This record gives sequence, structure tokens and C-alpha cells, in this order.
Amino acid sequence: MEGYLAVAAVVLAGVLLVTAAMVARRLVAPRAVTAAGRTTYESGVDPVGTGWAQSQVRYLSFAFLYVVFAVDAVYLFPWALVLRDSSLGLASLVEVLVFVGVVLLGLVHAARRGLLRWDLR
Amino acid sequence: MSTIAALPGLVSLVAEGTDNPRADFSDTPLWLSLVKALIIFVYLLVSTLLVIWFERRVIGRMQQRPGPNRNGPFGLLQTLADGMKSMLKEDVRPKAADAFVFTLAPLITATMCFVSFSIMPLAGEVSMFGHTTPFQLTDTPIAVLLVLAVAGVGIYGVVLAGWSSGSPYPLMGGLRASAQMISYEIAMGLSLVAVFLYAGSMSTSQIVSAQSGLWFVVPAFFSFFVYVITMVGETNRLPFDLAEGEGELTGGFHTEYGSMRFAMFFLGEYINMFTVAALATTMFLGGWQAPPGIAAINDGMFNEGWWGLLWFTAKLWMFMFVFVWLRGSLPRVRYDQFMRFGWKFLIPATLAWVVLVAFFRAGQNGWLGGTVDVAGRSFPVVSLALVGIIAALALAGGWMWDARVERREARLHPHVPDEIDPYAGGHPVPPMPGQRLREPSLTAPALTSRPDTEEATRG
Repeated sequence: MEGYLAVAAVVLAGVLLVTAAMVARRLVAPRAVTAAGRTTYESGVDPVGTGWAQSQVRYLSFAFLYVVFAVDAVYLFPWALVLRDSSLGLASLVEVLVFVGVVLLGLVHAARRGLLRWDLR
Repeated sequence: MSTIAALPGLVSLVAEGTDNPRADFSDTPLWLSLVKALIIFVYLLVSTLLVIWFERRVIGRMQQRPGPNRNGPFGLLQTLADGMKSMLKEDVRPKAADAFVFTLAPLITATMCFVSFSIMPLAGEVSMFGHTTPFQLTDTPIAVLLVLAVAGVGIYGVVLAGWSSGSPYPLMGGLRASAQMISYEIAMGLSLVAVFLYAGSMSTSQIVSAQSGLWFVVPAFFSFFVYVITMVGETNRLPFDLAEGEGELTGGFHTEYGSMRFAMFFLGEYINMFTVAALATTMFLGGWQAPPGIAAINDGMFNEGWWGLLWFTAKLWMFMFVFVWLRGSLPRVRYDQFMRFGWKFLIPATLAWVVLVAFFRAGQNGWLGGTVDVAGRSFPVVSLALVGIIAALALAGGWMWDARVERREARLHPHVPDEIDPYAGGHPVPPMPGQRLREPSLTAPALTSRPDTEEATRG
């Protein structure tokens, strides 16, 4: 438990450091706010439209795939430590072989349906 | 039924305590932890100052120009000067930006980058102010997972910066960065599973001590290969810096950031480089342990105490040089190529590798058949059989790949005969480059079929 306390202390120290830098910047940096200065940067021309742009729905499918594989990885981490135990090891090895096989099959399916292709040709 | 049978096994595992950190913090009072935390912060900040100078000098050397050499000896104080400059610049927040999240994003990035270093073993047992303590701030049974989790939180900084700027360039940069980082984080996590299989623990001090005989870069070489690629992708460095992509996105997620807020992203990026390099050192290159030859000198003298910090730092800077070297030599990859490489090669290959390593480990435990003695060493039968099967598969795969390439070549460049008959189709055809005409052509009509007299009579 003390381990996590130390981690929390480091987070706190990091926040303090960054906040101190921000405050110091606030104190020494000049301030001359103009309307033109606060416009959105679009390579030097006046901004067109709002800041929101439509983007590819493709990112969403990668997010879904990420969830699948992140969960997959989360299962593999504890398994990696259990494997050295002889009463669990062999059974878990076969089970993970099946599990990884099914997950890989899913990835192959996604690839064959063109989900992993970036261009929509 | 199987869970009940498994319980005693789990209990014995917990009792064994091999998961638990090897580092012993019993002689470490709280104030000493604070001192160590301070040392880590100073170490990281000084390293960042140095690495930015180092990168610019080395890149300069690679591009045949001097690089920064004005501020201080060899330009060493250049980064300090740049930091002061960004401190003194006006901070501009665009009107379209979301004020709270816009401020929060650099805070997340710059804070999270320090956290991972709290579990890195910078050296072994050192004596500090009369106490003997491991030179790492803390260690937990799942320390490496903490690094992955913190890296995951660090991505929020980039995503939120892109989202909150209220501008299309950062939005695109943030989206790209999130897709890129989560994709490569999966492959990174999976590549580490092989190390856990060999070390039998996720605690960093335990993993380092498990490498006292053989560094894991040798048995888990494929994991190391995958990790080195993913660590470049994870830190948004060239050739994978698609989130910033100056060519197409001006600055990517930090386009709208200036002054100290931008400097925070910069700091985060460089400390993240140190974090992933430190993790690579700890997981694959023996952590703070001396290189094999030097470790044997004088009964392991160079593996004791503060020497560890030297080896750790040397290995860290080796990775820094590789980062700079990559940036100096490779062009940026295209986004679709990058994602394809990650999802179609790295992730499936690493999954298969993990299963393979698991079988090797099971063979070493003697669960899958006996052993064979080859040249004085005994190898498990199953490992040899797997190596044989993989070699056969690789051969077959290589053969099929070659055949495919050959077929494609044949399709792209159809066979052209050396010699053609220009009148084969009934009308004259000029030869392709490099072709000869078959002469004389027997099937061709005689070129002078008409009698000369016709010409003469016409005229």
C-alpha cells in the first residue's frame, strides 16, 4: 500500500511543479490580448467555419478493436504469472491457446471485411 | 470444479511471494523516500535539458551543420535559454477553445510523465544517509502494469488538447494520436507478456534480478523488436510522429498552444522518451546491472551500489541516441501504412509469439515430454519440436511468398520474346526495345511485290 502512496505523492509533486511553472509564467509573461490574437490559427488565413470538423468514422472502429484487444491483454497479464504453477499451468496454457486463437480469428475477420483498411477503395 | 482445484495452487503462489518485489524497503524511512523522489525529479529534468541539446547537436552532425553552440560550453545551456524564452512569452488562448480542458491537457501530460519513473530501479541497494535502500522510489507486485496504465492516462493529455482547442488541425491531430497510441499500446503490452513469462513477476526489481544470468533481450528477442518499434510509436517520435505531422497538420494537437503550455507538452514528450527507454532497459537489458563482461570483474564489484546508476544511465542514453538516429535517417510513414503495420503485423505476431513462449516455458518446466541432450546441454523435446515446426512453416511461408512475388512480377512484366516476326499479325509491327526482327521473314509478303513496271507505267 505504501507503494501506491509514493506514486500518489509523485503525482502530487508533478501537479505542484506544473502549477508552479504556470504561475511563474503568469507573473513574468506579458499580457496583451487582442481580438485578432485570439482567433483560431489556420495557416495564416481567416478561419473558415467552426472548430468542429467531421472526421472518419474509422477511428471509432479502431476504438472498438482496441477494447477487444486491451481486454485480451488484461487476461494475459495474470495468466503469465500463473503459468509457472504446475497444477494450473498446463490447463491454462491450452485454454489461452484457444482464447488467443479465437481473438486472432476475430482480427482476421475484421481484416477480411476491410475494417483495418484506411482507404475506402 | 477446476476453480476449486486451482485454489490451493494460487494460495501456494501467494505464499511463495515470487510475485512480490525483491526490493526491500524496510530500512527506508519516509523522509528518505522524499529524498529519492526529489532525486528522481532532478534526474529527469536535468536529463530532459541535456537530451534536447543532445538531439539537436546529433541531428546537426548528421545533417552536416553545427547545431546550437552559442549558449554555454558546446551550447549546453541552449535548452535552458529556450525554457526561459517560453516562460517570457505571452500566453494566448484562442477564443474558440474550451478554457478548462485547454488548461488541463498540458497538466495531465506533464504530470503523468513523472509517475512511471517512481517504479524504475535506477540502481540496486545503495547506502544513503546511513540507510541501505534500493535506489527506486517504490515497487509493487504489478509495477509494470502501472507504467502501462500511466501511459494510457498520459494519452488523455494529447486527446483533450486536440479536442479542446476548437480548431480542425488539433482535432485531427488528437484523433490520430489517440488511435495511434492505443493501437501501439496493445502491441507494447503484449510484447511485455513474454518477459513476465520468463521472469514470473511483474515487479520491476524482481524482473531485474531475474536477468542476473541472462538478459531477456536474448530469449525474448522478438518482444524486444516489437517493443522498440512500439515505443517509438507510443512517444509520437519520428518516423511515427503522425499526431504532429508538420506537413499536413501544421503542429497537430499542439497547434494552438504557445509559451509555457507548449513547453509542458515538450517536457512530457521528452520525459516519456526516457520512461519508455527506462522500461526497455529494465525489461530487456538487465536494468541497472553491468554488461556481461564487466559484471564478472572482481566478483561482481561493478554490480554493487551506485555503479548501477551508471549502467542504467548508459543504457538509457543508448536508447536516446537510437531515437535521434531514427529521426535523422527515416522519413515519416503514411498514416494508413502505420496503422496497417500495427494491426496486421505487430499485434497478431506478438500474440502468436506470446503463446509460443508459453509453450517454451511449459517445456522448460517439464510438463510436455522429456528432454534431449544435444552437445552437452539438455533441451525440452517440445521446444525443439516447436522450433522445427516454425522453421518448416517459415520455409513454406517464404516459398509461398516468393512464388507470389514471382507471379506478380510475371503479371507486371509479361514475357517478351527476343525475336519477333514483324508480319505475324498480317501487318507490320515495330519491335519492342531490345527485340530483334526475325529476318528474313518468310511469311511476309515480299516487300517488292509489285513489279517496277507499274511504277513506271503510272508515271
